[in-house]
Amino acid sequence: MKTHTLSVLVENQAGVLARVSSLFSRRGYNIEALSVGPTQNSEISRITISVNVEGHALDQVIQQLDKLVNVIDIIELPASTSHQVELILVRVAVANGASDQKKIESVLEKHGAHVVESTATSLTIQQTAKPAEIEALISELTPFGIMELTQSGVVAMGRTITS
Amino acid sequence: MGEEMTGAQSLIRSLENAGVDVMFGIPGGAILPAYDPIYDSKIRHILVRHEQGAGHAATGYAQATGRVGTCIATSGPGATNLVTPIADAQMDSVPMVAITGQVPSSAIGTDAFQEADIRGITMPITKHNYLVTRAVDIPRAIAEAYHIAASGRPGAVLVDVAKDALQEKVNYEWPKNIDLPGYRDHSQPVPQSIRDAAALIAQSVRPVLYVGGGVIKANAHKELRALAELVGAPVVTTLMARGAFPDSHQLHVGMPGMHGSVAAVTSLQKADLLITLGARFDDRVTGKLSTFAPGAKVIHADIDPAEIGKNRHADVPVIGDVRLTMAQLLPAVKAEFAKSQPDLTPWWKQVEGWRTTYPVGYDVPSDGSLSPQYVIERLGKISDPDTIYTAGVGQHQMWASQFISYEKPRTWLNSGGLGTMGYAVPAAMGAKVGAPDTTVWAIDGDGCFQMTNQELVTCAINNIPIKVALINNESLGMVRQWQTLFYNQRYSNTDLHSKRVPDFAKLADAMGCIGLRCERPEDVDKTIEAAMAITDQPVVVDFNVFRDAMVWPMVAAGTSNDDIMIARELAPDWDSQEL
Ligand SMILES: Cc1ncc(C[n+]2csc(CCOP(=O)(O)OP(=O)(O)O)c2C)c(N)n1
Repeated sequence: MKTHTLSVLVENQAGVLARVSSLFSRRGYNIEALSVGPTQNSEISRITISVNVEGHALDQVIQQLDKLVNVIDIIELPASTSHQVELILVRVAVANGASDQKKIESVLEKHGAHVVESTATSLTIQQTAKPAEIEALISELTPFGIMELTQSGVVAMGRTITS
Repeated sequence: MGEEMTGAQSLIRSLENAGVDVMFGIPGGAILPAYDPIYDSKIRHILVRHEQGAGHAATGYAQATGRVGTCIATSGPGATNLVTPIADAQMDSVPMVAITGQVPSSAIGTDAFQEADIRGITMPITKHNYLVTRAVDIPRAIAEAYHIAASGRPGAVLVDVAKDALQEKVNYEWPKNIDLPGYRDHSQPVPQSIRDAAALIAQSVRPVLYVGGGVIKANAHKELRALAELVGAPVVTTLMARGAFPDSHQLHVGMPGMHGSVAAVTSLQKADLLITLGARFDDRVTGKLSTFAPGAKVIHADIDPAEIGKNRHADVPVIGDVRLTMAQLLPAVKAEFAKSQPDLTPWWKQVEGWRTTYPVGYDVPSDGSLSPQYVIERLGKISDPDTIYTAGVGQHQMWASQFISYEKPRTWLNSGGLGTMGYAVPAAMGAKVGAPDTTVWAIDGDGCFQMTNQELVTCAINNIPIKVALINNESLGMVRQWQTLFYNQRYSNTDLHSKRVPDFAKLADAMGCIGLRCERPEDVDKTIEAAMAITDQPVVVDFNVFRDAMVWPMVAAGTSNDDIMIARELAPDWDSQEL
């Protein structure tokens, strides 16, 4: 199964998120990640949903979402024609003092991630990147010992120029 | 600036502006402010005995008249009692608006007395719903609710109004227009889809018109008849579509599905084209989906784009109002037929074979007891074709669908999608209120009847003279049938012992109705006629019937339509048929 990113524009009203998640649970669709936030128009919010479904089921998800009265528009954003970004905060253990710290810093440098808090025993790291890069960063940090991880869903926007 | 009034007054004024002429409900604390202006309103309010009755009555009213039905209840238990009829209406695409009171907005979320999050509860079982906490928002919510309930694919809409919003003063303003940016109108079919459909029809040598409840919702029976006669194809009408096409018409081959006729089920299985009109490939119609109509291409006409391809791939989807779709298909098909028209004679020879060899019938009980099918058949014969029938859920429902000839739309009302026991009596009440000059018969089971019969009190007191044919087999017959067939006749908890407990005739009497009883075949006609003669009071006829009668044909749940049985361990003799 493939992950699809749906950008769903909804009326900025109480209960809209509940309607969307209620629909997913009722129809048995699995949400991988979801993020909600305002748009340039204060009356409209955007819900970005990553959903793991096959072609025909994806069409059903879109059609069923479209039936929600508060859903204004749904766009599928393929990775090839959209900007997709995810944000993480991750706290990594620094067990072996300076040698570990060095190794971690070189990983961070390679990924362009940065430290937002540093103590003798841990580094708290922030990174904003494409989902695949985030995944790579996490797997490289895992051996050091991830103490805490928080991850936003994908936020996405179609490209202005698509070739 | 509009007239100053309370939110409650503005609610009732809004309902009047939305065209409501009747509503069914029960008052209580949170909704009480609204009951004060109801006292002066031209809207007729019928005080029911249980909110479930109010909901099904609203549905019966809507199904009989085509207008939006309205029910009203208080917060908490009043609202939760509406959950079943709301789910029922939504499943059968019935236009219905439920109004509920809610605790004051400041108390919402505090587990206040009689607080229930009915908006949250009904989110998955409504087309849309509202929680209104400010009086100024009431008229718009009501205007939108009625628009949403009635338009597109109809459905249930709930408007929950906080008590303080009902008490607040406000300047009344009925919205001039409805602005729902996310609510799209899909009624106009795309011309190309019509052309593609017509082209497929002109190539088909084994077409079937698979007609669903959408045809009745769209008031499209005339167009259906014209299209059917033009194409000359066999027509099957689903449980929700009975009456959309006259049963007596030569092209009609019956109801498809689990208890459909052999001709209807088999013609779908053998078709090369399904002309699907306002139907949704429900599992009770398709049987095991992967084996349903394996050789058929599919034209799927529906106003709900999400139905297209939901269960079965559509070769030609036609998204639109099915009446407009058929009106546009007529000239398009005519044009195709002018070029070449397929010969359906060999197809009809087959279909006719199934129809004449396997008519839907029944065995008369050998012990001389009353056959339930006979009772229902006689009721249909004696009644005039305008009669409206409602049914509960179970064997009696299937027999009522099988053994009454439906000639007109909106004469057969039942709970198809949700299968709600207890639907018949309150739905009949609602239908009778909507069509007071028409005879309304509820055909009910003794199990179903015991769920909602208290609405007969409402009928008696409010001069709503419905008639109930109680098919009393002393058991939860349909469940018992499954136990007979699939659970080695182990009748776990299906015996209701209801031959005389309750004494249904006396119960009817106690509720202000006339109670009659019939136990012998020779008394059936005269008992029905006696019931017909009573027009100023509700009547209940307790028909004591043979308890082992079964519904045939049957496609067992989860099996293929090819495995249809015409009686216990008896499949059609396919070898002698030309397939
Ligand atoms: C509210 C509800 N509860 C349970 C069922 C399951 N059920 C389906 S048919 C049936 C038996 C109905 O019995 P009765 O009303 O006597 O009708 P009969 O089948 O005997 O004609 C039951 C229990 C249901 N459909 N609805």
